[in-house]
Order: sequence, then C-alpha cells, then structure tokens
Amino acid sequence: MAKTLMKGNEALAEAAIRAGCKAFFGYPITPQNEIPAYMSYHLPLRGGVYLQAESEVSAINMVYGAAGTGTRVMTSSSSPGISLKQEGISYIAAGELPCVIVNVVRCGPGLGGIHPGQGDYFQAVKGGGHGDYRLIVLAPGSVQEMADLTTLAFDLADKWRNPVMILSDGILGQMMEPVEFASNQDISEVEKPWATTGAVGRKPNVINTLDIIPESLEKRNYELIAKYEEIKGEEIRWQEVGTEDAELILVAYGTSARVARSAMELARKEGLKVGIFRPISLFPFPETQLGALASPERQFLVVEMSAGQMLEDVRLAVEGRCPIHFTNRLGGMVPTPEEVLVKIKGILEGRGN
Amino acid sequence: MKTVFQKPEALTDVTMHYCPGCTHGVIHRLVAEAIDSLGIREQTIGVASVGCSVFAYDYFNCDMQQAAHGRAPAVATGIKRVLPDKMVFTYQGDGDLASIGMAEIVHAAARGENISVIFVNNAIYGMTSGQMAPTTLIGQKTATSPRGRSVSETGYPIKMCELLATLEGPSYLARVSSHDPRHINQAGRAIKKAFEMQQQGKGFAMVEVLSTCSVNWGMTPVDSMTWLAENMIPYYPLGVYKDITAEEGK
Repeated sequence: MAKTLMKGNEALAEAAIRAGCKAFFGYPITPQNEIPAYMSYHLPLRGGVYLQAESEVSAINMVYGAAGTGTRVMTSSSSPGISLKQEGISYIAAGELPCVIVNVVRCGPGLGGIHPGQGDYFQAVKGGGHGDYRLIVLAPGSVQEMADLTTLAFDLADKWRNPVMILSDGILGQMMEPVEFASNQDISEVEKPWATTGAVGRKPNVINTLDIIPESLEKRNYELIAKYEEIKGEEIRWQEVGTEDAELILVAYGTSARVARSAMELARKEGLKVGIFRPISLFPFPETQLGALASPERQFLVVEMSAGQMLEDVRLAVEGRCPIHFTNRLGGMVPTPEEVLVKIKGILEGRGN
Repeated sequence: MKTVFQKPEALTDVTMHYCPGCTHGVIHRLVAEAIDSLGIREQTIGVASVGCSVFAYDYFNCDMQQAAHGRAPAVATGIKRVLPDKMVFTYQGDGDLASIGMAEIVHAAARGENISVIFVNNAIYGMTSGQMAPTTLIGQKTATSPRGRSVSETGYPIKMCELLATLEGPSYLARVSSHDPRHINQAGRAIKKAFEMQQQGKGFAMVEVLSTCSVNWGMTPVDSMTWLAENMIPYYPLGVYKDITAEEGK
C-alpha cells in the first residue's frame, strides 16, 4: 500500500480502526482533537461506535463498560484530561480490562499550555491513579510509529488483559509525515471468556475491583505484580543507534528523541562519538538494556521536555556506573538539536579537562 | 403441588449483607422478578454502584460489572453502546446517583441512553455510616448534619425524578416506595416497566424507590417505615413523572 501523508493523530486513529477498535469514547481537549474528529466520522461507517462523553471521567468509565464486554475500545485525551481519567484507569487496571488510552501530552502543571510536553511520564509509567498497578506504556517517535504502536497496543492489551497507554505529545500528534498501513491487518483475536456479554448457558461473569478481605486482596495484588513482571520479561522495546563506539549516549523518547537524533548526527559530523538510546516501551522500561551500556568510559545525556522524570529511571538503570547529565526545555518549548549539541560538546570537552 | 412463592432465578443463593429492616433486599427481589418475568436473565448485564448496594454483583444471577462511585450510567452506556441488543441496568443509591454521579445520570438521561436505572433513595449515605446525602431531608439528623440539615448551610434535597423530567431524553420516570406491601407491588410494576421501555428501545428509564435505613436513621425497622411514609413521601411525591407510552396513547 502506498504511503499517505497524514497527521500523527489521524494516523493513530486510522490504525486503531484497522486494529479492530469498535468503540471510542472521548471528550474535547487540545492537542488531541483530530483523534475524536477522525473517529466520529470513520468509526460509525466501519462498524464501530463513537460517543462524545460529558467529561473525561465519563469517557474512561464508558471505556470500562465497553472493555468489560470484550470489545476493542479506545479513548484519547491530553494531560489535564488524562489526570481526570486516572480514577477510571486504576479501576480498568484492577479489573484487568484490555483497552487503549492515548495521551497526546501537553505542558503542565494545571491547565498548563497546549504546546507539547513530556511532564506526564511519571503519571504514565508509575501508576497515576491510586493503588499498585501498571500500564503498558508505548512512546511513538514518528507518525509511522503513532500507527504501528497503536496496532501493537490493541494486541498487547488483549494479550495481557491490561490497559495500554500511547504516550505521544503535541508535536507527534500535530505533525504530518508519510505513513503506511498494513494492507491486510491481521487482528489477533483473543478469546475473552471473562467478558460480560450475557450469561447464556454459563455462570454469570462479573467485572469487579472490590475485595474487602485483606488476605484475598493481597493475593490479587501479588497476581497483578506477577503479571507486570512477566510483561517486563517479554515486552521491552527500544532502539539504539551509534551506541557501539559511543563515548556519550543520548537517552530520549518521543519528540525529544527526534531532537536528540538530529543532535547526534550533528555531533557525528564533527567527529564526536555520540550515540542514542530511545526507549519505545516506557513501561516496561528497557532497564537492563540501558544498564548494559553503562561503563566507566561512557557518559549519558538524558534529553527531556520535563523537569527530569525519565531521568530517574535512567539513574536506576545505570546504578551510578557512569555519569548522567541532563538537559531539558519546559513550558511547551522544544529543545533544538543545536542546543543539545552545545551540551554534548560541553560534556565531552569537560571530560578532557 | 402448586408453587406460590419461590426465589427468582435472577437472584443468587448468596446471603445478603444488608442490615435488618433495610429494603435493599426487597428491591433486589423486585428487579430479579422483573428480569424473570421478561425472560431476559441471560441477556442482561447489570451495573453495581458504590454504596450499600456495592455487592449487588454477588446477588444478581446475571452478568455484572461493578462501577466506580457515581459512574454506573457511564459504564452502562459503554456496555449498551457496544451490545445494543442486551439489557443493561444500573442499581444506584442516592449518594452515588444524586451527588457524585450527577453528571453521569443527567447526561445518560439527556442522551436518552437506552438503559434502565434503579435509583434507591434512603436520604442518607448508608455504607459509610450515615452521612448527609443530597436527598437528606431538611432538619434530618445525620453523622454530618448532627444538628439537622440546615438550608442555610447545605441547601435543599434534590428531587431527581422532577429534575430529569425536564429533559427530552427519558422515556419513563417514576417514584415509588418500599414501605408497605401495596407500595412494594406498585414498585415492582414500575421496575418491570423500566425494563420493558428498554426492551422496546424507548430510551432512558428510571425508577426512584424510596427506601429506609433503620440503622443510620437510628430507628426500629417498623418506625423507619412510618418515618418514610410521613416524612419522605410528602417531600418526594410518588407517581409517574414521565411516560412517553402514556403520551403516545393520548
């Protein structure tokens, strides 16, 4: 199939429909509005249901209901809206309901701004809502990946009976790039004998997250944790370029990784041995893979559009085995490759002094 | 031998946790009888809410989802939209529906969402031990209105049937009571009607059932029934607030 020039948000929406998404519940917020707009037009024409909820709170609870029937379902929002969804996300994780949640991240805190940010990393990968749970978090770095990771997200959600979050940002959502969709999308249909579809000839199914018996709930907690450990074993995804001989490895995801990659290429042109490590799955974080690159002759530079959130996971992975530097922009400002290059040179030159 | 009384198939054998004198058990039974009489148990998905009826998923013998506090109409919407041929009901208390879940219930009603809502109004938060509810009567003493609910501090009790009757979406809105056998029979008929409206695709139907909470009201079960009749019904008049089939019949 030929490549199509599309906005990231629209490519994501199209990929979701091709992946068998049959229901979408949303609420307007910038910069994710192209997703519900696309869904509202296309989904009903292709056998699905679109509904604009009265709030993000309602939208995520509609997702809970639809996911409980075993239907492939998605919602999207942007940072302040994702905060509102956290209660529902905790319930969905506890109920082990497969669904896809898209966060086209803007800058915060509070109402913040409508420009891109990465300040929702903690919220996405550490839980966000109450209780011990994890989302599978995928971070696209291009319009093509907005599509590809959405396809993957639906499969992972079903495979693990777990909510999957696409952690995008305002640039990836709004930018246009050529994108290619698989011509015959193979949907991995999974049996969902647990779904509430009407108890015809079987005992009733119950979707429930309440358990007031501590012994029983603790067992449930350990089962969930065991699942997250299995996910860590099987679902780590990352990309690395130029790390073999690198003296300095840039660590970045999403839009920051695009900037870092350009900075790396500028540095390489000047003969500097710089590589890049881009986590694609933020949970599970490629901790072992990143840690394996840590050695005394190397340094790391984390590039983020947050105050230093993924930075903490990089530190945990590296465990003090080499210096870790940090550069960022905030408030909707995006670092430029030139700014990052200045930082790279400072680190590499400083080392020689 | 002729069977004159039996447990509805739509109820499980699980022993209910409700306090002595509570009418939740009666109302559960009415819902189950409605489901049985329409023969829809295997097509029904119920949504339990947060409050005393939180364990309803253990008591109804059909597929169930347990929703977050106030969100049952949103959860029911999610189910009904992807399974439009199934029967979907919510079972919610007054704190759940008329306080934290006000947005969800109003918008489900405004959309004419084709679901049946059983709204149990006992004018108090029962599960959390007797706090003031949006439906607590003026002057009523609760754990958080110890000197009696005062209008100057907390305003007025909310009349949900009257409020939702201002919307175009609902097909059927009725307020019934559970304080004596005659009213219980009336309540049963209203609940069945709410399911029939859904079955016929008429859209949103809600039955508000006035109920008691002896333990948190601090009364005997018998006194509670009397208190309901003498205090709640004057403020929350019984009756049908909307019925589009009656209007169609005109």
